[in-house]
Amino acid sequence: MRETTSTQDLVRGIWRENPVLIQMLGLCPALAVTNSVANSLAMGGATMFVLCGSSLFISLLKKFIPHEVRISTYILVIATFVTVADMVLEAGFPTLHKALGAFIALIVVNCMILGRQEAFASKRPVGRALLDAVGTGLGFQIALLMMGGVREILGAGTFLEMPLFGPNFEPWVVMILPPGGFLTLGFWLLGLSWYQERRKKAARDQGASQDSNAEGRAA
Amino acid sequence: MGDLVWILLSAMVVNNFTLALFLGLCPFMGVSARVETALRMGLANIFVLVITSLCAWLLNSFVLEHAPFLRIISFIVVIASLVQIVEMAIKKFSPVLFQQLGIFLPLITTNCAILGLAIFQTNRGYGLFQGLAFAVGAGLGLTLALVLMASIREDSERATVPSLARGTALVMIIAGSLSLAFMGFAGLGSAT
Repeated sequence: MRETTSTQDLVRGIWRENPVLIQMLGLCPALAVTNSVANSLAMGGATMFVLCGSSLFISLLKKFIPHEVRISTYILVIATFVTVADMVLEAGFPTLHKALGAFIALIVVNCMILGRQEAFASKRPVGRALLDAVGTGLGFQIALLMMGGVREILGAGTFLEMPLFGPNFEPWVVMILPPGGFLTLGFWLLGLSWYQERRKKAARDQGASQDSNAEGRAA
Repeated sequence: MGDLVWILLSAMVVNNFTLALFLGLCPFMGVSARVETALRMGLANIFVLVITSLCAWLLNSFVLEHAPFLRIISFIVVIASLVQIVEMAIKKFSPVLFQQLGIFLPLITTNCAILGLAIFQTNRGYGLFQGLAFAVGAGLGLTLALVLMASIREDSERATVPSLARGTALVMIIAGSLSLAFMGFAGLGSAT
């Protein structure tokens, strides 16, 4: 495995290897609970907590976990942190807990978390594992906010329940309903691939013009 | 009896696991390229869902009463071991079926539809038969969504899709349209 610096560990997950938009992990929560900005924030926060907690724990315990049962051990650790998050939310924010419903418990099967444990936390020192968890968690949060922002602004005409457009705006209700989740993610992915294509083309054009300059000089 | 039929229908089309609740998206994206594999994956899912529902009911009624905080942990452990046992049993009793299901069987463990079913069933307080009807309905719904998606994707291979939209973006937008179509069932059975 290629060695990385601590900064790379932190930054990588935020955008270049964004768990949702690039790696397509953790799609279920990214689509299911992003019908408002508040829900997205809560889901992102809970996932961040579980991810950091389990990365920390597994990185500390990596010498004691037998290789054969590592996946089950990871799942058990993750499930423990999810139970903690579930109870804290239920006690502290009952309305949010009700809005997110079963999806808090379903953080256990978010493949992004298990993926980070298997690919990173189980092989690295504690500090690195924590940085990686924070970065990936932030990336997940950003993706959720991109989804939740679009869906709440278009679907309800509000942002964090503040009205944006005045009384004559007719909300696009479909954006808050399930189809809106699929469509919003689809259009974000389209936009991202358009942007990447354009950058690639710009790089190619630049390369081509440099080549022709070089040829001109040679001649 | 009517009650059970409604639970089944509602889980199958009105609250379709994939298209309305976003559960089980990984296989939905991963194995929906061919109708045949999609169908097999769906059938394997129905099978595991029904057994999970049974186990969740047993756990809920006899064990977890005394320790509700262990619910998430015990469900995930039961599901993981269940899939393992089912895999070994199928391998022993029907090697042909085992070969047909192949890699899909172990992959079911990480399918959130399975854990989702156990949790929904608990939250709604379903009894044994209601839970089984719910599981069959959810499984049929997953199969339906998978097969529909796969047949659309097989056809879309012959279409000229702009290079930008190929891949996941296209699948998402197709899924969005399918989900819109399933919204048409929304009024059905809302009385129950």
